[in-house]
This record gives sequence, C-alpha cells and structure tokens, in this order.
Amino acid sequence: MTSTPPSLEQLPDPAIVLRATAADWRSAIRVAAGAFEASGLADESYGDRMIALVEEYGPYIVIAPGLAMAHARPGPDVHRAGMVLVTLAEPVAFGHAHNDPVSVVLGLAATEADQHVAAVAALANVFNDETLVPALAAATSKDEVRSLLGATSAE
Amino acid sequence: MKIVAICGAGIGTSEILRVNAVRALERLGIDAEVTATDAASVGASAADAQVILTSSELVSAIGRTNADVVVIENYFDLDEITAKLELAVG
Repeated sequence: MTSTPPSLEQLPDPAIVLRATAADWRSAIRVAAGAFEASGLADESYGDRMIALVEEYGPYIVIAPGLAMAHARPGPDVHRAGMVLVTLAEPVAFGHAHNDPVSVVLGLAATEADQHVAAVAALANVFNDETLVPALAAATSKDEVRSLLGATSAE
Repeated sequence: MKIVAICGAGIGTSEILRVNAVRALERLGIDAEVTATDAASVGASAADAQVILTSSELVSAIGRTNADVVVIENYFDLDEITAKLELAVG
C-alpha cells in the first residue's frame, strides 16, 4: 500500500456533490465521475468503467437501501486512491431488487487492487448505522456531510 | 471453514461484505477464514470454500460450485448477515 486514501470525514469540497440532478443511474455515476475528475483522483474515462461494471454484472453495487457504491478496477485513468460522495435531488432506480431507489452514490477509486482494504473497513463501520444514508441524502452543506461521516465513524 | 465474499471488481463491495461477515461470525462464535475476491477469479479462490457470500445479481457469474451460495441484500445489515450465515454453517 503506497498511499492511504483520505478518510471519510476529510473529503475535500470537490469530492462532494450535493443534491445533484440525474435522470438515470448512468447519469448518477457520471456525476460521481465528474467529482473524481474535479478532485484530481481520476480521468473522466473512469466513469465509463464504473458504468461498464454495472452493465457487466448488474446493479449489485447498490449494497444497501438507497446507497450505490460506484467503483471500477484500478487502471491508468486513476491517479490517486480516494472517494467521492454524491447525493441526488431525486432518487434514481438502478434496477436493484431490494435496495432501490438510490439517493447516495459513494464513489471509490484505487490504484492497486488491495489498496481499499483499510478505507473500506472504515466505510463498513460508518454505514452500519442505517440512519446514515437518509441523513446524508438530506444534508444541505458539505460540512454537514463531513460531520455526519465523522460523527458516525467516531462511535 | 473458509468463506469467500464476491464482488464484480474485487476492490470495494466484497471487502465490505468480508468485514461484516467477520463481525457476524464473531457474534455466532464461529471460527472461519473470510476472504474477498472478484467474480472473475472466484473459481480458483472459492474452490475449497464452504460458503460464498454475494449479491443476487452476481450469483450467475459464480458458476458451478459445491459451496453454499448465500445472497446478502443489505451489506450493512449485520442481523441479516448473521442470520443467513447461521443457517448456512450452523
């Protein structure tokens, strides 16, 4: 592991997009791709690869009610490991049997296959609180998002 | 006992499932090795696994296996994961 992704409560402003408008799941993932690009974490083509993963395997990335974890394999279009968080003004369907519709898209990028382990374990701690996704979806400021993520992870 | 968590890319969701499966097994008092991998390499890594944990969308990508395939709907719901693991291994 060469670098540690920023922890959730330290997400910089460009990595957070609030109340985004997305017509469908692809455009929701595109918003996340735009946040990766704005943060300098990955090129726009990473968005194509995140979409391709869903096209290949289905909407399994919707891992909990209202929450999609958009990601793809490491690749040359990923510059640094990191995360972005997008909330949607109107939830969109990803086609998941149980966890639709999605109101929060958490994007992950890694430069090495095993890089996520520590950061993702931290995610599991935070999101095991089932009130977090609705609270994030309702957040009106980026500080509120950081505070929600930090407050929950400190439990 | 060996348990494998599967996802499409092997970098994200399977690791969340792995972390929460370890917690569920602690609750159950079951000692098991839990690993995370992607659907493309499941054949090799799950050859000697007793249980495969995954999402319903990925079941068809797993192919033929002797392991119990356990489908998890909410990866953050420890109660669901614990109950389903208890059924599979208890």
